[in-house]
Amino acid sequence: MGAASRRDAQARDLRALGLVATFLRVGVQTELQYRANVVFSALQSLVAVATSLAVLGLVFSHTDSLGGWSGNELLVVMGVYVLMGGVIRSVVQPNMQQLMADVQHGTLDFVLTKPADGQLLVSARRFQLWQAVDVVLGAVLVVVAVVRLDRPVGVGAVLGFLAALGLGAVTIYSFWLLLTIGAFWIVRVDSLVDLFDGMYQAGRWPVSVYPGWLRIGFTFLVPLAFAITVPAQALTGRASGWLLLGAAAFTAVLFTLTRALWRVGLRHYSGASA
Amino acid sequence: MTAVDAPPRRRRLSGLPGFYAVVMRTAVQTQFQYRTANYLYMVGMIAEPVIYLVVWSAVAQAQGGSVQGITAGEFAAYYIVWTLVRNMNIVFTPYGWEERIRQGELSGLLVRPVHPIHYDLAYFAGWKFVVILLWLPIAAVLSLVFRPTFDVRGVEVLVFVAAIWGAYLIRSMLLWALGMVTFWTTRVSALYELYFTAELLLSGRLLPLVLLPAWAATIADWTPFQYTFGYPIEVLAGDLTTGQLWTGLALQAVWIAAGALLVAVVWRFGIRRYSAVGN
Repeated sequence: MGAASRRDAQARDLRALGLVATFLRVGVQTELQYRANVVFSALQSLVAVATSLAVLGLVFSHTDSLGGWSGNELLVVMGVYVLMGGVIRSVVQPNMQQLMADVQHGTLDFVLTKPADGQLLVSARRFQLWQAVDVVLGAVLVVVAVVRLDRPVGVGAVLGFLAALGLGAVTIYSFWLLLTIGAFWIVRVDSLVDLFDGMYQAGRWPVSVYPGWLRIGFTFLVPLAFAITVPAQALTGRASGWLLLGAAAFTAVLFTLTRALWRVGLRHYSGASA
Repeated sequence: MTAVDAPPRRRRLSGLPGFYAVVMRTAVQTQFQYRTANYLYMVGMIAEPVIYLVVWSAVAQAQGGSVQGITAGEFAAYYIVWTLVRNMNIVFTPYGWEERIRQGELSGLLVRPVHPIHYDLAYFAGWKFVVILLWLPIAAVLSLVFRPTFDVRGVEVLVFVAAIWGAYLIRSMLLWALGMVTFWTTRVSALYELYFTAELLLSGRLLPLVLLPAWAATIADWTPFQYTFGYPIEVLAGDLTTGQLWTGLALQAVWIAAGALLVAVVWRFGIRRYSAVGN
């Protein structure tokens, strides 16, 4: 995969943006049929956040800083964790689980025969609106944390934060797709979902807390560092331009790799009619 | 689903013990067939205690070696024993009850000549033997990585073996009672979440109970939660006195009895509300 073909892919994606908008609208309309669920999702999210806050409170009743992060700074990390978790559960995970099921049942045929980019189609079919409550809740936490930080946060930091957040979302998406592509070879990968959920919890805390080998794992094997810690670092003024550049490079490499493997994986897909 | 009617050469137990023996054996055989899935699940579960362990070790380090007298090595011991206790704590979930009642699966259990709780107790107890076997290598790896400090007496091992089954019984009873709320309401996941949150904070699952603020520790003392997590863990990883060891077991027995009573009462009233759809 050269840079040229990636540009091609991006051009195609751009043309397909209208398609994504359509999927999004259908997804929202589907979810709007079940309005009562919003109360439910909100309640669950609130319990989860309250628990996390209690944990943070307990830890900081015994110490003033954890791996060089203060309580309010860790609140930023937690906000990003909740926010990114909302993105995963509303967009990434539903699509990937649908893809896993389609590969297993052979129904991916219906997607592949459509005249649009396959990867785009499988990535934008589902949208669980109510799970996005966490995105809002996470954003609120981040804002509260920044206010409590009691030090000015510059425009640069905010821009860096937003950029890192976008990159992080792409990283997590690529990682999930990479896992899901495994289904083309080993068919049943649903237990990977549990495994990922377990690992994702580790993102509650900045990766610098973890001992060396775990930190490397959470940076490159399960890219929690790029998805959660780096945005939080950007907002709390710990990220240099180089770190953000590195995150951008990592995201680009991972995305390209995923794209390439998706193509290889498709060749292994034998379909239902076979 | 093998060995449905494998001719056993040993003498058949009859009655309830016989029922338990058969269901437990079936559970062992079934779950051993899914050993890879079981293993992936157990490995995924390690993330939780490792995170707690890392965080508290970091706190201990920041505080000059220990928090409330607990060193990093002792935290490691706590959370490694935690992994076994957590596995012993996996019982029939309230979410399963939702399924059971909504889908009418309970009807099948009702026509059996024994109370349905015996099936769950026996099945999960059998499963535990597979889990314990699979847990041993995990514990070995965790010990190599995190270097726990253990100071174990013979009597502690004995009490621990009893205490993990006590924990299993208490949690079985409590979650059964909680799950039966579904007889009255159909979707109660939010209630479960609240329960699990309280349990997480007050049981010793999240942190050793001595680290709780005093008021929270007082609340914890009046709940059964700590007898499912904190107490069994501390039997092996902490330094309880011999008196505390036996008192703990006695209190576990009290909570098992209370839980069984609760289950009996809720069951009596709840089952009247149950009506299956179809067949």
